[in-house]
Amino acid sequence: MIRFILNNELIVADDPPGMLLLDLIRYRERLMGTKIGCREGDCGACTVLIGELKEGRMVYRSATSCLTALGNVHQRHVVTVEGVNQEGVNPLQQAICEEGGTQCGFCTPGFIVSMAGFCLSGKAPTQAGARAAVDGNICRCTGYKSIERALTRMVKDLGGMSDEPASFLVDKGILPVYFKQIPQRLAALALEPNGVLRSERGDVNRFLGGGTDLYVQRPEAMVEAEIDFLSVRGDLKGIVEEDGRCVIGGAATVTDLIESPVIRTAFPRFDHYAHLISSTPIRNIATVAGNFVNASPIGDLTIFFLALDAQLLLSDGKLRRELPLRRFFLGYKELGKKAEEFIEKISFRLPDADEHFHFEKVSKRTCLDIASVNTAMRVRMKGAVVEEGLISAGGVGPVPVCLEGASLLMAGRRVDEELVQEVVGMARSEVKPISDARGTAAYKLLLLGQLIKSHFLTLFPQLSVVRVLEI
Amino acid sequence: MKNIDAIGHVRGESIYLDDIPLIQGTLFGAAYGSPVAHGFIRALDISAAEQHPGVVCVLTYRDVRGENQIGGIIPDEPLFAEQHVHFCGMPMAFVIAVSEKAAREAVGMIKAEIEPLPVITDPREAQTNGALIIPPRTFRLGDVDEAWSLCTHIVEGRADTNGQEHLYIETQGAYAIPQENNVLRVYSSTQAPTAVQRAVAKVTGLPMHALDISVTRLGGGFGGKEDQANVWAALCALACMRVGKPVKYSVPRTEDMIMTGKRHPYSSDFKIGLDKDLKILAYEVTFYQNAGAAADLSPAVLERTLFHCTNSYFVPHVRATAYSCRTHLPPNTAFRGFGGPQGMFVIEAAIAKTAEILGIDAAVIQKRNLHQTGDTFPYGQPAESEAHACWQKAEDLYVVTAIRKEVEEFNHSHILFKKGMAFMPVCFGISFTKTLMNQARALVHVYTDGSVLVTTGAVEMGQGVNTKMMQVAATVLSIDPGLVKIQSTSTYKIANTSPSAASATADLNGKAVQMACTEILRRLKEVAARELGVAVELIELKKGMVRVDGVPSDMDWKKLVLAAFARRVSLSEHAHYATPGIHFDPEKEKGHPFAYHVYGTAIVVATMDCLRGRYTIDAVRVVHDFGVSMNSLIDKGQIEGGIVQGIGWMTMEEVLYDTSGRLRSNTLSTYKVPDIYSVPEEISIEALHTERDNLAIFRSKAVGEPPLMYGIGAYFALRNAIRAFNPSADLPFSAPLTPEKALMGLYDKQHVTA
Repeated sequence: MIRFILNNELIVADDPPGMLLLDLIRYRERLMGTKIGCREGDCGACTVLIGELKEGRMVYRSATSCLTALGNVHQRHVVTVEGVNQEGVNPLQQAICEEGGTQCGFCTPGFIVSMAGFCLSGKAPTQAGARAAVDGNICRCTGYKSIERALTRMVKDLGGMSDEPASFLVDKGILPVYFKQIPQRLAALALEPNGVLRSERGDVNRFLGGGTDLYVQRPEAMVEAEIDFLSVRGDLKGIVEEDGRCVIGGAATVTDLIESPVIRTAFPRFDHYAHLISSTPIRNIATVAGNFVNASPIGDLTIFFLALDAQLLLSDGKLRRELPLRRFFLGYKELGKKAEEFIEKISFRLPDADEHFHFEKVSKRTCLDIASVNTAMRVRMKGAVVEEGLISAGGVGPVPVCLEGASLLMAGRRVDEELVQEVVGMARSEVKPISDARGTAAYKLLLLGQLIKSHFLTLFPQLSVVRVLEI
Repeated sequence: MKNIDAIGHVRGESIYLDDIPLIQGTLFGAAYGSPVAHGFIRALDISAAEQHPGVVCVLTYRDVRGENQIGGIIPDEPLFAEQHVHFCGMPMAFVIAVSEKAAREAVGMIKAEIEPLPVITDPREAQTNGALIIPPRTFRLGDVDEAWSLCTHIVEGRADTNGQEHLYIETQGAYAIPQENNVLRVYSSTQAPTAVQRAVAKVTGLPMHALDISVTRLGGGFGGKEDQANVWAALCALACMRVGKPVKYSVPRTEDMIMTGKRHPYSSDFKIGLDKDLKILAYEVTFYQNAGAAADLSPAVLERTLFHCTNSYFVPHVRATAYSCRTHLPPNTAFRGFGGPQGMFVIEAAIAKTAEILGIDAAVIQKRNLHQTGDTFPYGQPAESEAHACWQKAEDLYVVTAIRKEVEEFNHSHILFKKGMAFMPVCFGISFTKTLMNQARALVHVYTDGSVLVTTGAVEMGQGVNTKMMQVAATVLSIDPGLVKIQSTSTYKIANTSPSAASATADLNGKAVQMACTEILRRLKEVAARELGVAVELIELKKGMVRVDGVPSDMDWKKLVLAAFARRVSLSEHAHYATPGIHFDPEKEKGHPFAYHVYGTAIVVATMDCLRGRYTIDAVRVVHDFGVSMNSLIDKGQIEGGIVQGIGWMTMEEVLYDTSGRLRSNTLSTYKVPDIYSVPEEISIEALHTERDNLAIFRSKAVGEPPLMYGIGAYFALRNAIRAFNPSADLPFSAPLTPEKALMGLYDKQHVTA
């Protein structure tokens, strides 16, 4: 049995835990405010909030219900647009109405829910933050300007936000009063006999993290699958520093990365990188490990962690083994992992003061898109000389790769324009991109070189821009 | 006034097709579309699908009771493939099952054996083969052949624009419910209830009066649900008749993208001639429209391309020829602008190319050739031009000299980033170009409690037409808008409607509402005069009160309505409006097809990241000819939305078919529309208020389509930014200008300036 609170109601569902939350919301509970636009997490019309009790406090995150399994909301609070409705319109809804931020209206409930999620996040009320909260919501009518104006109103309304967002929002009339009781109700729910999320037959045939890839690839099969839900396991969470290494739990999400002090310290530009990677509701549920296991030749985090020479700790529940991420990808969608294994931990050595790191990505649409080419570079300097370098690249072959030749070439060299030229040349000679929906092979080759130049220009500002461009 | 639907939208309570409560026993459909683009059907095996648990039946062309035909303008589009398939996704079978899941699983069990035939996706190749939807059409003005000898500069070239996926967030769908006495009610997500009614009548063999096509609202249309909504309604209706139960089909996104047509891609050749003063003397253009496998609305789209081939410019000698080319893509269809944007892009490309060759700013040529009132369009209608007024106001208001200087200085001081700017004037004709479609009807009831119900043929799809209809009724009757309710449309309430399209919906239906309300008002005034014992000329209704010679009486709206009812005076009216004065002779290709034109000028600034090839559109600053806007919030929303949709078409939205005719951009992860981060930081809209009388409702000019074409300026601004980085780049005039094309252009010939 899966139990969770949907808006103000307790739901006890004996449906398969692999069933999609969206289908339960719309076709069982007939809450029709949650819309279906794409069923692949790319439009945000089905956005809901998922709240969980963490150390006595509610943490709410937006998520696309079209990719969320019921098993992943067990003992959580799920909020749809109906759950933020009160008599008349609340101030968020009022702002959208006043600014003309709704035309056909189909995407609107998703925006309202994302906005409510921003309010509940407790984040500092800024325009940039508010925009980021709706970065997973696509509107085809308004051109977003009116929505931006509505966000400005919302940000104003949030002035004086307390550390108890839900109370503040209830008092302000932004959310209904039942939100105040949710922590107690969830705590009580946690004490009830738990639902069985693991297969009763014990023959788990699927591991599931956030589901953002599996539910795009095989939604029908997932409903009936015997699923081991990794994302609900507390032991797989967390991002910590251990002996100079960063250790990331197998169920840590991209949002966990963004919010991790360890990551933020090690990668001062991480916010910028994250901005280029999917969208808020997807980052909230997608796991880092899932990005690897998905085996896409172009996973952004895969490329990021390849350049860090990350290590995986694989487990089948009994035995564990370590494997470098570089050896994880055997062929197109083929992994160095047994079916019964899952990624328990990811670790990498934290860069020290002599190490520099950069990530680049270009896609047809800058945000919320899959890369045409992505690449990361890490270099360890000894004075003016490169001691060791590693460049990874995606979108240039059947698997995400480390550019071994280009990486080796850097060792022992001073960083100058000639080195950039040689690295670019070597990198291009090492890959064999194909033409597809994300670009022609010729483009990807050119782009790879440009992005490597960008690594160098970003990390070594003394380089001559003109000379690097002329390469 | 705010959009009256907004409250339902923000609360998630507005009802779209998939939200309609299901009637017990409802069955679900799923279509099997052809896996190949062109071929001869050797065999279609539906036996496994029929045996699948939950499946009730599987329909093919053999089950069509009437005619297997849904073509609107030309009957060339079978509902189900019979012997041949003509595009990938062409319906071959329709599975009906007790659940959507069972229906979809069964579709996966259908096997077709198709002998492949050559696939053509390129319109020029189709034209060479003589595969045309209709004979070519040519618009002529002056004598272009003679004019070349007078030209100082002659420039030739080619321009291509790709298609555009509508990407209404609500996908297509229909829900057919059997009624008694052989009547079907079909809920359809359509812009054109009557088109659905005709198509369903044809395939079912039922008379139109047996078909109640009902539309609540659309989660976006943009032209994509004009003719393309017919298929799903026809499938559900046929299935419904076969099984005698309600049948619903809410089309999944990928199927929607694969099976439906899009904005027409065009490939065009141009030749433009200017005199020494940069006056355009002659323009010759040939358009190759990629119509797809069937006519759909292509001939009408083609016609509008010709109507708008000179955009806002006066050219004395024009020859414009257009071919509607039959290819093996899904039938392409209406999309906001309806061929106009494709025509405008080509003349803008011709001007840009000329400017590039002459080493001058394209704006010089653009401005010098804007048409004046009295200048004749190539189709014979004289212009009532606001082109100069818009341009000049934009130049002054936005201080173009400062923008230009800012761009120059930025480019001078930056290596990795370059800016570009471009002007985009727009002139768009309002009316259906097919004159007979310019008619509409409205039904207005006043109830005895004083509340008013208005029904028209207008379909609400986000454009705010319901709000505008309410404004018209409330204004004419001079009552509180809260007393007026707009009823969703249905063919049982309003017959023989034109689609909600061509930017003309508010005008046509609004005029009909105005007429109906005016007639009711006339009767009510007579009643008031008799009740109050005064001459009817002295009676006036203002703010819900009857006034006599300007002095409020004690008779309010409610009392008046009751008095009329007591006197057995009709409180209902059904009015009919037909746009006066418009005509067009397709033999001569001359006439007066448009009620009026909408003008505007946009100034677009963009920044190119010359290292990565990605870019931002920084600002779109517009002066737009509203006439007198009757709802500034709604109209502003239409302009902002149109601009961003136009920018999407010109930049990131790339419809990709492979050479076998398969759609590769068939999901939202492979077809990208603008997100909140890709819109310009600044969109400024300033009105050009024109008091001139026109045929718009309350002189509020149509605003649905024209703004999309401001987006074309984004292409040229980006192009200028690329050329600022790499002046020797050989850039084809090919939209969209994706980051890929941008980067290839930036590094074309590897020439780099510092």
